[in-house]
Amino acid sequence: MSTTTDAKRKAPAGERVADWADGRLGIYSLAKANMRKIFPDHWSFMLGEICLYSFIIIILTGVYLTLFFHPSMNEVHYHGSYVPMQGIRMTEAYASTLDISFDVRGGLLIRQIHHWAALIFIAGMFVHMMRVFFTGAFRKPREINWLFGFLLFALGMFTGFTGYSLPDDLLSGTGVRFTQGAILSVPIVGTYISMFLFGGEFPGHDIIARFYSIHILLLPGIMLGLVVAHLILVFYHKHTQFPGPGRTNKNVVGMPLLPVYMAKAGGFFFLVFGVIAVIAALFTINPIWALGPYRPDQVSTGAQPDWYMGFAEGLVRVMPGWEINLWGHTLVLGVFIPLVVFGLVLAAIAVYPFIESWITGDKREHHILDRPRNAPTRTALGVAWVTSYMVMLIGGGNDIFATHLHMSINSITWFVRIFYFVGPVIAFIVTKRICMGLQRRDRDKVLHGRESGIIKRLPHGEFVEIHEPLSQSQRYSLTAHEQYEPAEVGPAVDENGVERKLTRGEKLRAKLSKGYFGEGNQVPKATAEEYREISSGHGGHH
Amino acid sequence: MKKLSARRRHPLAAVVVLLLALAATGGLYAAFAPASKAQADETAQSLAIEEGKKLYSVGCASCHGTGGQGTTDGPSLVGVGSAAVDFQVATGRMPAQQPGAQVPKKPVIYDQAQIDQLAAYVASLGPGPVTPTEKQYNPEGADIARGGDLWRTNCAQCHNFTGEGGALTKGKYAPSLEDSTPKQIYEAMQTGPQNMPSFPDTTMPEKEKKDIIAYVKSVNGDETPTPGGFALGGLGPVSEGLFGWIFGLGALIAVAIWVAAHTAKAKKS
Amino acid sequence: MSSNEISDKNLPHEQGSAHGTAVAENPFADPGLPPHKPRIQDVDEQAAKRSERTVALLFTVSMLATIGFIASFVIFPVDEIVYVWPIGHVSATNLSLGLTLGVALFCIGAGAVHWARTLMSDEEFADDRHAIEAAPEVKAKVMTDFADGARESAIGRRPLIRNTMLGALAMVPLSGVVLLRELGPLPEKKLFHTSWKKGLQLINMNTNEPLRPEDVVVGSLTFAKPEGLEEDDEDFNNKIAKDALMIVRIQPQDIKDRRELEWSHEGIVAFSKICTHVGCPISLYEQQTHHVLCPCHQSTFDLSDGARVIFGPAGHPLPQLRIGVNGEGNLEALGDFAEPVGPAFWERG
Repeated sequence: MSTTTDAKRKAPAGERVADWADGRLGIYSLAKANMRKIFPDHWSFMLGEICLYSFIIIILTGVYLTLFFHPSMNEVHYHGSYVPMQGIRMTEAYASTLDISFDVRGGLLIRQIHHWAALIFIAGMFVHMMRVFFTGAFRKPREINWLFGFLLFALGMFTGFTGYSLPDDLLSGTGVRFTQGAILSVPIVGTYISMFLFGGEFPGHDIIARFYSIHILLLPGIMLGLVVAHLILVFYHKHTQFPGPGRTNKNVVGMPLLPVYMAKAGGFFFLVFGVIAVIAALFTINPIWALGPYRPDQVSTGAQPDWYMGFAEGLVRVMPGWEINLWGHTLVLGVFIPLVVFGLVLAAIAVYPFIESWITGDKREHHILDRPRNAPTRTALGVAWVTSYMVMLIGGGNDIFATHLHMSINSITWFVRIFYFVGPVIAFIVTKRICMGLQRRDRDKVLHGRESGIIKRLPHGEFVEIHEPLSQSQRYSLTAHEQYEPAEVGPAVDENGVERKLTRGEKLRAKLSKGYFGEGNQVPKATAEEYREISSGHGGHH
Repeated sequence: MKKLSARRRHPLAAVVVLLLALAATGGLYAAFAPASKAQADETAQSLAIEEGKKLYSVGCASCHGTGGQGTTDGPSLVGVGSAAVDFQVATGRMPAQQPGAQVPKKPVIYDQAQIDQLAAYVASLGPGPVTPTEKQYNPEGADIARGGDLWRTNCAQCHNFTGEGGALTKGKYAPSLEDSTPKQIYEAMQTGPQNMPSFPDTTMPEKEKKDIIAYVKSVNGDETPTPGGFALGGLGPVSEGLFGWIFGLGALIAVAIWVAAHTAKAKKS
Repeated sequence: MSSNEISDKNLPHEQGSAHGTAVAENPFADPGLPPHKPRIQDVDEQAAKRSERTVALLFTVSMLATIGFIASFVIFPVDEIVYVWPIGHVSATNLSLGLTLGVALFCIGAGAVHWARTLMSDEEFADDRHAIEAAPEVKAKVMTDFADGARESAIGRRPLIRNTMLGALAMVPLSGVVLLRELGPLPEKKLFHTSWKKGLQLINMNTNEPLRPEDVVVGSLTFAKPEGLEEDDEDFNNKIAKDALMIVRIQPQDIKDRRELEWSHEGIVAFSKICTHVGCPISLYEQQTHHVLCPCHQSTFDLSDGARVIFGPAGHPLPQLRIGVNGEGNLEALGDFAEPVGPAFWERG
């Protein structure tokens, strides 16, 4: 630290710029905390990055598309270069989307990148959310970030919906019509919401312009804010990690942001963009020219929303047509119930962290991830949720499945109706059993070592397989998970001998806790005593 | 099972009979050839009916009845017209193999001359839509865009935006029109085969049928451009969603695994 | 409910974390981070050189691809279609621009990652975590600060200010809500009526000519709109969304519903084309079964039985339009629909 010579030497340009910025932004303190911040390496931790990068790609391509798209429902006669639409009456929105596809060089590519990235964005969020769920990464202190992520997923669905509706083609227009019908089913205010949203009767002349501002401004604005908050919290909490030697709840093991993580994460952005660009070069998505402009009296079979709205579509398709007419009013349960269930299915996954922390009563921070098998009830619940979601996706595509699997659409609908209730139960039971089996296997491995596949013949003729003992770090990794004791309701009388009133909540919690952690719901992990007894007592007999 | 295989034998038997019939037709034609034209036409017509009747009694009568009056296994053919026969037989739907929700398309077992004879016979049972001539169905010069509009009003609800087909109730379906010829599409609109409604000339004139054929052939033909790349079946969001999940997200996860994987360590030296 | 906390004894014990000597005592203790092992590139300069060249090659390919992108942009006309096996007839610009852009981007990413994986240090470090929760003294300081601030503002002592302020803040967003009223008109009775009225002729959607009963044969399917509604009309979409008709002819003896037969003209029945579920144009008519299926959600109606719902999520039959024949022998409406067409809603009753 020879300050005198340093002061005389003229600092390099980069340093001078940094100094300038530091004097105004305080970047050195920021960099001190973050430049060598440690990030653990695991492919499943990059699922969130796929979402982040596809979101950035969507914004970049979306901005380009706004330069050419006309969000207007003024009717024009098409005279562009796509022959099968010559002279057809359509809205400017549809005509300008045809222009982007056929008359703007690279326009079709950007449109396809935008749409493919959107499908991948939401699929990525789904998988990322499942990763967080099944590893218990949503536990304290990350519940709020779970909610941010959940909101991003939900808003992503609606941003996608308003986006694919913009071209005003026959397919998406049918989707908008469905939305309007669903809004009408809302008791009391349904007709008012519909009239206000559409500026009058369906379809009116306003909905595209309104969806446009929702799609490019309102929702992405909120999402951008949430993404930033989500990332700040990831930095602030520091990333979770899987159990392993040297990895504790008090540290985070990995490689520093500069240079490794920066190169990998930055590189991954280009990889994601590159893969999506190649997909857009080779695979058509939403060929609106083949669909035709929207007209409320025209329709095509195979009318589906994009995949992320598929489970809502399934709910609507398989619901029986219940309608109650009473006192001069109509309760359209056939449409309204699916609408409510749609919200409940999403809400269920949103509130789960709070339910679990209430059941465990655990107020500690958790930075070490659970292996899914070590939380059998949670894992089973998650798989049950995914099962019900997937069953509804089948329901949403029942006509396509019918034609391509040569089945009756009515049978598929009935299958979905029954399996929406039965499927999750089966999935729950099966998953839980598998988890318990895996736990048992882990326990055996810890106590008896790994099966080596080497068969040895003992002097008295018996054949045994040699089990190789695990290394210290393997033993640690397999026993590092925590196991809760089921909560007791506590004594019926307090310390003064007065009868204590048990609230219903307490009883429920005790019951749930038993379901999660009680006997038969988790396999007690090997203890040091058991290990010592086996390894000394039997002398490597196994 | 036995009954079924017995039925299956019909078409095979028919082929043998047909070959004989064909030879006979040729011989008879040679015998009558020098006669005057009008007379020849009339005679050819009655001959065709005669031959068609023979084919009919072998291949069709078991279900549709010996006089085309229909049985419990098949509808009456009186008044269906030659167009219906030409469509059903030339797409291989008839003779049907087995009962089911819908009689599917199959390899054709009659040649065009035999189909014409069958059609002539069935047409003789009662007046009905006549097999269209090429002038009627040839879509050359038709208005493709107008056809598209008509297609979306009248056809797309069952056959999809570009004629890829779609589901109907209880296992029935609207077939894909990818391999259908203009003539078959015309006949289908004219006659309404199986559960498809008909679009008679009174409500959909010949010109509009041509426009529709021109449209469907322009958006679902061998030369149809798919500017964006693979069309993924032209089925819309379901196939796009499956592709996005399996190949899109799948490829990205594969890349992520590579990015996060540990690099090979040097051997301990 | 949650005031009664679960005692800490339910919570599991933390796994013993011990280093060195403790390991022998506890077979499951954490042995700590394993020592760093060098990669091939760390010990073999040749291998490192190879990695360097690979990274440089990837970056070079990216540059070439970008040049390719610009070249494709200049060379290919926007409407050029080329045949590429096995894809088919594709847009030359879409394919060439997409592939070059994809390669240019992918190679940058692949180069950066390969660099990071093989040449940057892969030694793992452990960063300490600090509790998110503040220390008690910090919390105590914040609480006093807050109490001081609150006291100095006198908000507690002067409830009039507090209450009026809360009132004002609660009311001001109402202005925004009120403004939303301008988004559209009130529903009134708009959903109850269509353009159909007595004497309007049924116009064939295909030919734009009035339909005559003899045009409509058994087994055929026709769509109609009301006389006077033209495709170029400003409000065509709004009108046709409610007016569209589906016309079929059923042998009168096959019609099971008495009212349906009465409202038909010699078996010609006119039903609303708009599904009563959520409003898709329903028209997948099976002429042998007389069932009509909605392509959106598979509601199935029996047109030979008053368009009764026989499957799917629709809640009530398709409305039927009463028709007859006018003096010119054309089909005409004998009034509006007797009930609202399209999806059900609260006021429908």
